[in-house]
Amino acid sequence: MSDTINLTYDVPGDDFTRAGEASSDVKGVLKKLGLSPQVVRKVAIAMYEGEINMVIHGGGGQITVEVTPDAVTMRLADHGPGIRDISLAMQEGWSTAPEEVRNLGFGAGMGLPNMKKYSDEMEVISEVGVGTTVNMKVYVA
Amino acid sequence: MTVSDIARILKAEVLCEGDSMEAEVHTACGSDMMSDVLAYVKDQSVLLTGLVNSQVVRTAEMMDMVCIVFVRGKRPDEQILSLARQRGIAVLSTPYRMFTACGLLYDNGLKGGCETDV
Repeated sequence: MSDTINLTYDVPGDDFTRAGEASSDVKGVLKKLGLSPQVVRKVAIAMYEGEINMVIHGGGGQITVEVTPDAVTMRLADHGPGIRDISLAMQEGWSTAPEEVRNLGFGAGMGLPNMKKYSDEMEVISEVGVGTTVNMKVYVA
Repeated sequence: MTVSDIARILKAEVLCEGDSMEAEVHTACGSDMMSDVLAYVKDQSVLLTGLVNSQVVRTAEMMDMVCIVFVRGKRPDEQILSLARQRGIAVLSTPYRMFTACGLLYDNGLKGGCETDV
């Protein structure tokens, strides 16, 4: 694998049943490229948590993924309400998710902490009323 | 233990066979909160849950799990089963409640897989 691969996904904001399709597709692509199962799983989980967040909080958005021989870089951008206090949002168990989201199995305040746990680099850029962008990188080597 | 063994121990109905009913499994995880499942990756191969929606299959897929057990006789709809079939994940439905289902599997040698629940 020598070339850079770029993937782009539109994440619909109103369809919970389809959340995870992009992450599933990326997982398949990385598997085919022959990346190690550990790396594939780290990318899949980090991206999946982010994708779920985009649907339950962000009203959908766009995900771009760049695969190079050194790393998988993900950029998840939504146009949702934004995060008022990022350090608070990074704490395990802290959540603004409404009850109906918890009933779906998410919204336990583990999304961002899990994304940080499974990525090797992570940056959250957010502006209230404008949206949130999460950049994550998982090293391949 | 194999997926077939789980079905037998839990008196479960096999709704979808997945890639192999003879796949060896060593660890499991029981939760209705998918984020909690995603928080502890330790090669768990079985997910027991009372939650029924497509994200249960997605979560199992991201974690490379081979079998989902719905407790309390819950049954997923065709859309969820179809997703599981595509991903090669076995789907079982047991009449037992979560505590009992987990207890029976633990008693038969299946472990939690995390450092804290050796």
